[in-house]
Amino acid sequence: MLGWLLVSPADRRLLGGGKLRGPTPWVIAIMSFSIMIIAASGLALANTAGLLSNAIESRYSVEIAGGGPKLAALLQAVRSTPGVVAAEAVPEAEMRRTLERWLGSEAQSADLPVPALINFDVSPGADLNAIGRRIASIAPDAHVAAHRESIRPLLSSLRLLQWVAVGLVLLLSAAAAAAVVLAARGALDTNRSTIEIMHGVGATDLQVARLFQRKIAIDAFTGSLVGAAAAAGVLLLLATGAAFAGELTGGATLGFRDFVILALLPLALTVLATWVARAAVLATLREAL
Amino acid sequence: MGLRYGTGAEVLRDLDFRLANGGFYFLTGPSGAGKTSLLKLLYLAQRPTRGRIQLFGEELSEAPREALPVFRRRIGVVFQDFRLIRHLSAFDNVALPLRIAGSSEEEVEGSVREMLAWVGLADRAGARPPTLSGGEQQRVAIARAVINRPDLLVADEPTGNVDAEMAHRLLHLFTALNRLGTTIVVATHDVGLIGATPGAQMIRLENGSVVDRTGALKNPPGPSATGDRI
Repeated sequence: MLGWLLVSPADRRLLGGGKLRGPTPWVIAIMSFSIMIIAASGLALANTAGLLSNAIESRYSVEIAGGGPKLAALLQAVRSTPGVVAAEAVPEAEMRRTLERWLGSEAQSADLPVPALINFDVSPGADLNAIGRRIASIAPDAHVAAHRESIRPLLSSLRLLQWVAVGLVLLLSAAAAAAVVLAARGALDTNRSTIEIMHGVGATDLQVARLFQRKIAIDAFTGSLVGAAAAAGVLLLLATGAAFAGELTGGATLGFRDFVILALLPLALTVLATWVARAAVLATLREAL
Repeated sequence: MGLRYGTGAEVLRDLDFRLANGGFYFLTGPSGAGKTSLLKLLYLAQRPTRGRIQLFGEELSEAPREALPVFRRRIGVVFQDFRLIRHLSAFDNVALPLRIAGSSEEEVEGSVREMLAWVGLADRAGARPPTLSGGEQQRVAIARAVINRPDLLVADEPTGNVDAEMAHRLLHLFTALNRLGTTIVVATHDVGLIGATPGAQMIRLENGSVVDRTGALKNPPGPSATGDRI
């Protein structure tokens, strides 16, 4: 299957020179670098969305306006309700600190009423109606809210960004393929007389295409590795927690599966470039007799 | 059959003749008569724009291009401008048809060394074409054309760049190949070459047509000629 990579030294000499001249390896290196960074960002976003989603999927809040006096009884009732695995009251001080972000020092004013708030987690399949009825029996004016509802827009944005990342990876791959097509045509032009001579002595299109395919595969692999190595350096910098990087990643991490995917990208780019080069060379050769 | 390039006038018209298998032919005529175009048809670099070409018993005018390499491997070509690959050594240029045909490196080594010795270039095997004289390049081109003992050898002015001594040796090589069964077609202006080749026939082209096809042919094909047809 990969026999075409193992051409004889004599065949290697046919196209002359070393690698294909021109910027092809560098273009592919830039594409590879960009694809790796975008793919890593997309995977990190996916992980962030997953973490966020898992963390709040089963989390609910009970809010009681002016409900300080009922808080202890309500907390006790929630904890003892079947299906509730944990329940915590949010301290008033913490709520006021949160409000300070919007209200400033006014948030600490005793004149500002602060609702009582209980966060609780439920087990999978818990009867939310029963929990709601139990809460209403103690505090009829209590309002129960699912956390996932409040961050649904954020999760939607994160998922949209993942698709944007996928789209960008595909676009960059297409741009790399286009660069390879141009490089292949340039190489064919440069070696036109050699190809005519080869055809003249009975070479098949596949024999000619193999030479170009191999050269472009080597250039693409070299470029991909250089780009991937640079991207790995940047990702390592982000992961080791430079302050700026920390802000960018938002604490998102990449797992083993993600690293496997990222490691396969340069290979995928090489395979794509090789296949495109072969198709471009064969299509061009078919135009001659 | 006829041949035209693009929308231009026909450069070859109403050609209808047969080359005998194992024959030796000289193709003559003034410059622009269509000799090179006819040779291109013979070595399958062109298709006729009308009519048919049969080669090695096969109709090849409309054969799919994937079918042509097999036939091209049976044809040796000596170009007027040599058409050597400049960045390859003389050895690699001569070895090209064998390697394309899949010969082992052992076979290539032996055959190419022998052929280079025969054309007097044994000590220039590693030289690249730009460092060779015109005559040396011509000899490399001829060695490449005959290295795989083709069934048909087509040569365009093969002695144009060599001295009389080498021209004689090349003609001797062609004759030897012809005796082994190779059909030879040589386009040339060299009347001496024609005269020095007993048994050869002459095809004269003028304005894209064969003239006095019967009258000018010396030694017409014998009854045993079976062959290739154009």
